Amino acid sequence: MKKIFLFIFVMCVSIMINAEELSSLRGDHPLDEVSKVAEKKNWAKDGEPISRNYVQQPPLIPHKIKGYQINLKFNKCLSCHSWKKYRESGATKISQTHFKDRDGNDLAEVSARRYFCTQCHVPQANAKPLVENTFKPVDAVKN
Amino acid sequence: MTLGKKIFSGTLITGFILGIIFWGGFNWTLELTNSLSFCTSCHEMRDNVYPEYQNTVHYSNRTGVRAECPDCHVPREWIHKIIRKVEASRELYHKVVGTIDTPEKFEQYRLTMALSEWKRMKSVDSRECRNCHDYESMDFVDQGRRAVKAHSTGLDEGKTCIDCHKGIAHQLPKGWEEAAAKAGL
Repeated sequence: MKKIFLFIFVMCVSIMINAEELSSLRGDHPLDEVSKVAEKKNWAKDGEPISRNYVQQPPLIPHKIKGYQINLKFNKCLSCHSWKKYRESGATKISQTHFKDRDGNDLAEVSARRYFCTQCHVPQANAKPLVENTFKPVDAVKN
Repeated sequence: MTLGKKIFSGTLITGFILGIIFWGGFNWTLELTNSLSFCTSCHEMRDNVYPEYQNTVHYSNRTGVRAECPDCHVPREWIHKIIRKVEASRELYHKVVGTIDTPEKFEQYRLTMALSEWKRMKSVDSRECRNCHDYESMDFVDQGRRAVKAHSTGLDEGKTCIDCHKGIAHQLPKGWEEAAAKAGL
């Protein structure tokens, strides 16, 4: 008896789902249609540094980072952005915040909690925001 | 023609043809050892440096132009290639005794091997890189900001490819910067 009820219930629900159109941020289209293939996003090429929108924002990466490895043996980002190398490479040096451990003590090397750069810093691509917003940076940061 | 002359000319012609066969065979065998499949037939290479290389631009890129093991590690000119092949007997020896046949042993020797390769490349002014990458034909208009700066100043300073592009194909060993600086690389 229970099984028959369950079966009927599942059938009703599936008919209901098929009847409505599932809407999402990617636009309305019925479930049984082949969805549009998302257009390929290209990484932004090497460019000028991008200004921040708020003071604590981890700056965006204005160049491609394809194939850059960060592992225990080697950190590709630091090969240009470390305090030792930034002048020679012409890159922005990592800020002093990268040398503090979680208790606020100052360290001599990059803190382990800031070693994996791409946890906070990202490169850019030609991906438009899915939701429009009216965010404006503070005057002090705007340029 | 006298018999002597016939034998002489016959030997000459036969010798010439045999020479072509043997020389061709020698070169063909040599080229067999100059391929990715041959290099990766050793598990030391197949399990360590080959997967690392597969993540890099020399393995897979937009145009599909690939640089395989011999393109960077074996000189193209015949005389240098033969010298390198003779030196490769050292590698055969180490394969037999199993110097780097486990991942731990490989990591132990990674720095030594890397320094040896960097030293070789620097001593020939990155000749193997220049097999494909010709500085004179580089179009700086197409290069990114950082590349233009590095190439136009660095190479004028007398730097060679391997000075900046260490780790382009395989993972860098631990402690490579200090060791390379100490070795003057």
